[in-house]
Parts: sequence; C-alpha cells; structure tokens
Amino acid sequence: MSGGGGPSLMDSLFQRTLDDLIKGIRLHLPGAAQSSFISKSLDEIRREIKSTDSQTKATALQKLTYLHSLHGIDMSWAAFHAVELTSSPSFLHKKTGYLAASLSFRPSMDVLLLLTNQLRKDLSSTNQHEVSLALECLSVICTPDFARDLTPDIFTLLSGKNFIRKKAIACLLMVFSQYPDAVRVCFKRLVDNLESADNAQTLAATVGVFCELASKEPRSYLPLAPEFYRILVDSRNNWVLIKVLKIFAHLAKLEPRLAKKVVEPICDHMKRSEAKSLVFECVRAIVSSFYEFEFAVKLAVAKIREFLLDSDLNLRYLGLQGLLLVAPNHLWAVLENKEVVIKSLSDVDRNIKLEALRLVMSMVSDDNVVEICRVLIGYALKSDPEFCNEILRSMLSTCSRNVYEIVIDFDWYVSLLAEMARIPHCQNGEEIEFQLIDIGMRVKDVRPELVRAGRDLLIDPALLGNPFIHRILSAAAWVSGEYVKFSRNPFEIMEALLQPRTNLLPPSIRSVYIHSTFKVLSFCLHSFLLPGKGVNSSRSNFVDIEPGFTYSESEQEFTETDHATSSSGFNKRDTFTQEAVVNMLTLVITSLTPLAESHDVEIQERVRNVLGLAQLAQQEISCNHDQKEKMVDKVDLKTSIIIRLINDALSEDFGPVSLSAQERVPVPNGLVLEENLSKLDSICADVQLSISESFSLVKPILLPTDGDSVSNQQNEEDSETSPAESMSLLAEHRKRHGLFYLPSDHNKNASSSFPPANDPNQRDNDVEDLVKLTDESLVLKRKPGSNRPRPVVVKLDEGERLPITVKKTDENDDLISGAVRDVLLGNEASLHSSNPSGRRKGESHSKDKVENFETGNSSKRRSKHRNHGKYVEDKEENSEKSKKKSGGRHKARRRADGGIDVAVQKQVIPDFLL
Amino acid sequence: MIHFVLLISRQGKVRLTKWYSPYSQKERSKVIRELSGMILTRGPKLCNFVEWRGFKVVYKRYASLYFCMCINQEDNELEVLEIIHHYVEILDRYFGSVCELDLIFNFHKAYYILDEVLIAGELQESSKKTVARLVAAQDSLVEAAKEEAASISNIIAQATK
Repeated sequence: MSGGGGPSLMDSLFQRTLDDLIKGIRLHLPGAAQSSFISKSLDEIRREIKSTDSQTKATALQKLTYLHSLHGIDMSWAAFHAVELTSSPSFLHKKTGYLAASLSFRPSMDVLLLLTNQLRKDLSSTNQHEVSLALECLSVICTPDFARDLTPDIFTLLSGKNFIRKKAIACLLMVFSQYPDAVRVCFKRLVDNLESADNAQTLAATVGVFCELASKEPRSYLPLAPEFYRILVDSRNNWVLIKVLKIFAHLAKLEPRLAKKVVEPICDHMKRSEAKSLVFECVRAIVSSFYEFEFAVKLAVAKIREFLLDSDLNLRYLGLQGLLLVAPNHLWAVLENKEVVIKSLSDVDRNIKLEALRLVMSMVSDDNVVEICRVLIGYALKSDPEFCNEILRSMLSTCSRNVYEIVIDFDWYVSLLAEMARIPHCQNGEEIEFQLIDIGMRVKDVRPELVRAGRDLLIDPALLGNPFIHRILSAAAWVSGEYVKFSRNPFEIMEALLQPRTNLLPPSIRSVYIHSTFKVLSFCLHSFLLPGKGVNSSRSNFVDIEPGFTYSESEQEFTETDHATSSSGFNKRDTFTQEAVVNMLTLVITSLTPLAESHDVEIQERVRNVLGLAQLAQQEISCNHDQKEKMVDKVDLKTSIIIRLINDALSEDFGPVSLSAQERVPVPNGLVLEENLSKLDSICADVQLSISESFSLVKPILLPTDGDSVSNQQNEEDSETSPAESMSLLAEHRKRHGLFYLPSDHNKNASSSFPPANDPNQRDNDVEDLVKLTDESLVLKRKPGSNRPRPVVVKLDEGERLPITVKKTDENDDLISGAVRDVLLGNEASLHSSNPSGRRKGESHSKDKVENFETGNSSKRRSKHRNHGKYVEDKEENSEKSKKKSGGRHKARRRADGGIDVAVQKQVIPDFLL
Repeated sequence: MIHFVLLISRQGKVRLTKWYSPYSQKERSKVIRELSGMILTRGPKLCNFVEWRGFKVVYKRYASLYFCMCINQEDNELEVLEIIHHYVEILDRYFGSVCELDLIFNFHKAYYILDEVLIAGELQESSKKTVARLVAAQDSLVEAAKEEAASISNIIAQATK
C-alpha cells in the first residue's frame, strides 16, 4: 500500500455511510445528545469531503446535504465540492453534486461562476438524464449571469426531445425573470410549442409559463388569444385547462370582445366537467372576470351552491371563497345563500368560520348593519376567544370604514361598542378606545349617549380587573370628563372615577381618570357657584350674559347655535346643593391626597392640580356655609373667578384633525422655520423642548418663555394666582390633548408670537372654521327608509383612513412584457438590436411607473396612520418620501443617459415572503 | 406556482424541503416553524387549506406525514391537492407501499422523484408511468456507476494511485 493512497483508502473503507448517519441521529435523543452527534459528524464530513476519492467525497456531500435540508445545517462552505462533483464522469456523483447545488446554492455565491461551464456542458450532453439534472438545477439557482450565458443552450433544447423539452420550457420562466432579453431569443420557439400540440406535457409546461407571465402583465399576451382559445376548446387535459382559464381570466378584463367569445366554452366546461378543480376554476374565472354575463354568473352561483352544500369541507371552504369573489358585483348571490353562510360561522373548522365571517361582513349595508351586528355579537359570545376577537375586529373595521359610512344610528353604535367592551374575551380595547373618542369628536348628537355608555362602563368595578379593557375605560373616562355637561349625575361619575379599584389601572390611564376628575369637578363647581351662567358661557362672552337666560331642558333637540345651553336632563337647582358639592370636595380630597406623592409624574402633576382647586373651593365654600348661600357672594369668590377661567379653557370643543392639516399651512413670508427653532434652542437651552411641541399644535402650547406676555395681559382683570394657575392648567390640557385640537387660522398663529389660547376673538374664528369645514366636506346621507336622520359626522378629507390598494409591479415584468410585445408585433427594428433607443425609453418609462407606485404606497401608509396630531412624523415621512422619489428619478435619468448595459444591472431578488 | 414543498412528520420533524422561490436559511427555518405550528395543531377532518401571510398552504396528511405545498392566493387549491396525491402515489409505487422510514433513509430518492414531478414550481409530468420509467432509468445509470466503481480494476487503480 503506497503512502499517499493509504489514508484515502482507509477513509473510504471506514467512512460512515448516509444510513449510518441517519441511524446515528435517530439513536440520539433530540437535544444536546443529537446536536453533539451532528457536530461530530460534521467534523468527519469536513475531513472526508477533501478526499481525492470521489466516492468518499460524494458520500460526505450527500450526508451534508441531508443535514442541510432536514436539520438546517449551513453548507455554503462546501459549495466548491458540490461544483467539483457535478463534473464527475460518474452519473451517481454528478447527481449528488447537482442535488447539493440545487438545495443549497444562493445567487450571491462566488462559486456559481465556476458552475457555468459545467452546466453548459451538461445541457449539451448526449445523455438526456444529465441534461435533465442540469436543467433542474438551473431552474432553482438561476442568476442573471447564468441566464445570459446559457440562453443559447436552452434555446436549442426547446425543440429537442419531449422529455427534455418540457423541462427546458419550465426553466424559461426563471430565465426570463432573471434576464428579460432572453425573451427575444426564445419567445418564438415557446409560441411554437403552444401550437404544436403533439405532446401533452410540453403543452402543459408551455401553458404554465404563459400563465405565470400573464398573471404579471397580461396585455402583452393578447395577440396569443386565438391559440389559447383553441386549447380551451380542444384540450381535454384538466391541468392545461385550469391554466388556460387563468390566462383568460386575465385577458378578458382587457378585451370585452374576447370575453364574449370565451364565456360560452367556459360555461360548457363548467357544466360538463367532473373534476371539481376544473369546475372551481371555471367558477373563479366567471365570477372574477366575466361577471357581466348574467347567465354565466347564474350557472357559477349554482355550482357554488353545490359546493356549499357538499359534505367535503374543502369544497365548502372553496364555495365560501367563490361567494366572496361574487359578492362585490352580485350581492344577491350571497344573500341567497345567507343561511349557509351564517351557519358556517359555527363550523368546526376555523378557516371556514373566517371565510364565513368575511362574507357576512361583505353583506353589511346601512340597512342591515344593526341586525348583522346583533347576530355577530351573539356568535362572538359563544365562540372561542380567538375567533371572538376576529369577529369583533371585523365588526369594528367594517363599521368604521370610510368615517362610519354605514352607521346611521350612532346611539346604537355607541351602545354596541360598550357592549363589546363587556364581552369577556374582548381584546380590541385599543380600537374601541379610538372609536369612542373619534365618534365623540365627530358626531355632536351622540355625545349624551356616549356619556351614558361611558358612565355605565366606569361605575362597574368588575371591569377594572380586566387589563384588556383598560384602554376602553380610558376612553370612557375621557368622554365622561369632556362631555360631562350631558351627564345626568356628575357626582356619580366623580365617584366612579375615584373608586378605590382604579389603583388597578396603569399610570397612563389613571392620569386620564384624574384629568377627567378635574373636568367634572370644575363643571360641578361652576354649576354650583355660577348657576346663572351657561356652562359653555365662553361661546358668547360671559360678561354679557343676561340674567334671565334659561336652559332648554329638552334632551335631543339642541342644535349648533344653542350649543351653549346645557341639555342635561337633571334639575340643576336640586342636584348642586351645598351639601352635595361639599361632599364631593371631601371625596376628591380624601381619595386623591395619597396620590399627590405618586412616583408617576403625570399622576402627581394632575393630582396636584385637582387638589389645588378642590382645596381652594373647599375652604371658601365651607366658610360661606353660614351665610346661607348668597349668590352675590358666590360670584365674587376667588374660586368662582378661577372656575370661570378654567371652564372657558375646557369648554372648547375638540374636533378631528385632518391628516393633511399640517401641509395646508402655508409658510408665511419671512418665516424660516429651521432658523427660528435653532434660536429657540439657544434661548432655552435648559428647558427641554420636544420637537412635537414646537411643531404640532395649531394653537401652540404656552411655552415657559412666553408666560410673561400672557400673564401681563390677564393680570389687570384677575387676581394674582388665577391666571397663572389656569394658564398652566390650560397649557397642560393642550399638551395632553393637543392632538385633538382643530386646525384654525394658521397664518395668524404662525406669524404672531404665541397668542393666548383663550383669546375670545380667536375662539370665534374657530367656530367659524368648524362650520366652514363641516359645510365643505360633511356628507349628509339621508336614507328614505329611516325615520331618524343620520347625525352630522365631521369629515375632513376624502380618503381619510381609506386604504388605497396599489399593485406593485416588478420592473423586470415590464421588461419582459416589453420584449414580448416586440417579438409578437414583429417589430424588426427592436428585434435585432438588443438595446435600441425605443427600449431605453420604455425602460425609463417603466421606472417612472414604479416610482408612481411608490408614492401611492407611502400615501397609503400615511392614510393608515391614525394618530391624528402627530404631524412631525408625517412630515418626516414626507421628506423621506420625496427623498426616495428624487433618488428614483435620478436613477432613471442616469439609466436613460448613460448607456449602462441592462444585462449587467444588479437584479433584486424579490423577497416573496418575509 | 408552488413556492415550496414541505414534508413534516406528525412530531414536527422535517422530512423533505424543496424551495422554488428564494428564501434565506433563516427564513426557511422560520417558515417551517410557523407552518408546522399551524398545520400540526389542526384537527383531523378539517379542510386542507390554510392561509398564511397572504399565501395559501395546501396540506394533506398521509399516515404520519404531512405533505404541504405553498401557493399563491389565486392558484387552484384542488389542483395542488391532486399534485400532492400524485406525488404520494408515485412514491408509493416506487417504494412499494411507502412509509416514513423509506423517505428518511432514501431522502435523496424522494428528491429525485419530486424533481421528476415538479420543476420550477410547476407540475411537469402528470403520468405516473412516465415518472416511474424515468426514475428507473436513472436508477440503472446509478447502479452502472456503482458497479464500475466497485470493479476490481477500479480498486486497483485507486490503490496504486
């Protein structure tokens, strides 16, 4: 035995075979033992794979392939060995090499370059199994380089033996997508394969390629319609027919005459075929592309019904899917099968339940929304938690679609939201919270009901224990505080807000509770101390209010103008007795005093504000006790003055803010935003200024630096403490709820230096603004059938919260279809040269298109962006968008000017899933 | 088009993976984890389709093995079910009533057969007979290569190299 051959022979004699490896892995328990065995085997493989004996090498590579594909072990390091084995004369080794390559190679590997020659050699081999190996490998790992270099070889195979031809055809799809210019070479042969239907398998492969191509850009393949039609009529091969149907579903949308012609044969197939897959494909084609042909749709719906009533769950599922496709154009089909759909909501299979839910949602209209929601709530209550939430989620999104388009009775909707909150599994707190507040701001008429619903949620101590609905409670607290004037009994709300179990709430929500306490407190004090003045006296100038001003007691009939009048249903005189108010003050002080030392700054700050007011009021009101309630005295009290101010601050309505509000603000002449900010920065270096404060508010927060000018203005008429306190409260309020403020006369604000927020002149403008806004864009839809008119819903811009669906096409697809068009139209000029000027133009055009899609996309993203006031983010996104845009444009220009070879351009592999 | 084929045992062990669309190794293991979590937990006698990240996964259980194929939303689910069945039947003929162990110890053969059934994510051969014939032809080529390697002259050539 020679010295050189020895170890190699020993290696191959004692090498663990694949069987040994697999047995070994099975012997070791999963976990540490197994992984240590695998790493030991890996060490062996590393050694063996370097062997000069190709059998040893092949076995090592096979073992590694096994570990890679089933245990996810990295094998990129062995890529070279795989390439080496593909060139082995032994078929067995070649096969092993190709298997490893097709399972593990990535487009980024350098080693791929080494494979090109071997692939070419094998593609032109006389052994058809070797050709087959090469084609299979190529169909998986094809890169632009491979595609460019091997196109001629594949072209020759397109007219070879059937066994090879079908593989070569299938491979073309990959080649085209990597190297669109290959279309110019191969397309004609591909079409020839469509015409010569001598072999079913090659025809199937060809149609498969066209099906994939047409799904991306159907227009280019319209000229081939006669061929496809022939196949549709003649073929009896279901695999082929399914693909052809898909192609026609795409083409028919583009060419109505074609649709007319093919609808008959499709119906024939649907009637005749026994194969459910083919029948379903016919149904799908009809309902998605041929929905204008009444008789065809009727037939399709009949087939869908058969599916729905079948005992096979798969068919039931597909039946529901079919209905879902019919729904947009032929709702009657869904309504006809209503019982089946509703029954499917309680199916054993979750997937079927989900489809049924989608269908039910597609049926919803303003006429039946109440009924359907009632049914769904019933199902939600008896479903498992997951599906229950699915139901709630789809109800919420359907009802809120397009600014609550389908909701007519908002009182009902609010009570529905409240009911959802009480469903034990409800986990949609965030969305419900958003909608409760959103409706409160948009729909004035619903506020009394909103407060009633909020009260019911707040006073229930059991709800506080469920963390999932804390967000809803937060909304309830906010609503109860903000619209407390509609409350029947504010004291009850106060008790609810201060109940001991509120300590279960997280700090952020607790601070909302405390702030609502503040609002309720100031409302009560106001009603007690200044009963003659309207709660919203700020609407009209409070000094001018006539003494005999009375309230309208009716609950429902308040309008825009008498909004100042409180419509609360209780009798003020009786409710706001001295005793009740004193009790309330005691309650506030005793419950909140412990929190004044809270570690959470939000809570601490708010509690101190409330306590400040409450203690002041308590002192004065208790002192006043002996004087037997003298109105005159009350009005003169310090507390009264403060309360008046606070109420002014709080009584302003919040409205929804348009998403584009910030963009609509014109930058006044001479105002350079960046400069201004940098100055601010240097002025108040020690004051922390967050960007949002300086940007986001229409009526800005009173910054610490501006305190002087403001208080100067007020000092003359007020006592010392009140302005400062009320200002700080107001500022805090705005800071907290800044995002809900309505946009108004921006110009004035942007140019002047932070005017006081409760300037009466300005408020008037605000009201006007609101009126103007609603006049401009509110959508009034009165249904003849409904006996109650739909309340006004403030809507700022069309398309708010309205997702825009944009189909993004691949740049490559455009290139491919461009090439296809050239070939099919026989455009000689462009056929010959591989990059004529026309091509370039087309390319830059396609680039533009892509760019447009990009813009659309980000606007969609933006409109989804729900947080109304976060302008800064929007703005940043905008600038990002414009940057991207300009970048894209630049690239397109560069591409069009400089003659960079198209083929060399780096291909971006589309990320299909992740 | 089929994006990938997975064979998963009832215990969640992967028996075969074939990817027709580009996925990195990290994505692959994530996909396998997610799907086996979704599919293995589904009870028997439910429908064979699951929606997953905007795709559809068609699966079918044969004995202890789940055969899963991922397709686009608009592809034909029933067709894919037939493809799965087609593949299983071919395996069954080849191994003579196939069981999980056959696929474990002959994983490469399972791949070779799959490669004769599917190419580039499309069905390439709908005739079971043809596939069987092709696979047999390849097997005989492999056998020939093995015999040659085992011949005495070859061993001598190896030893004296």
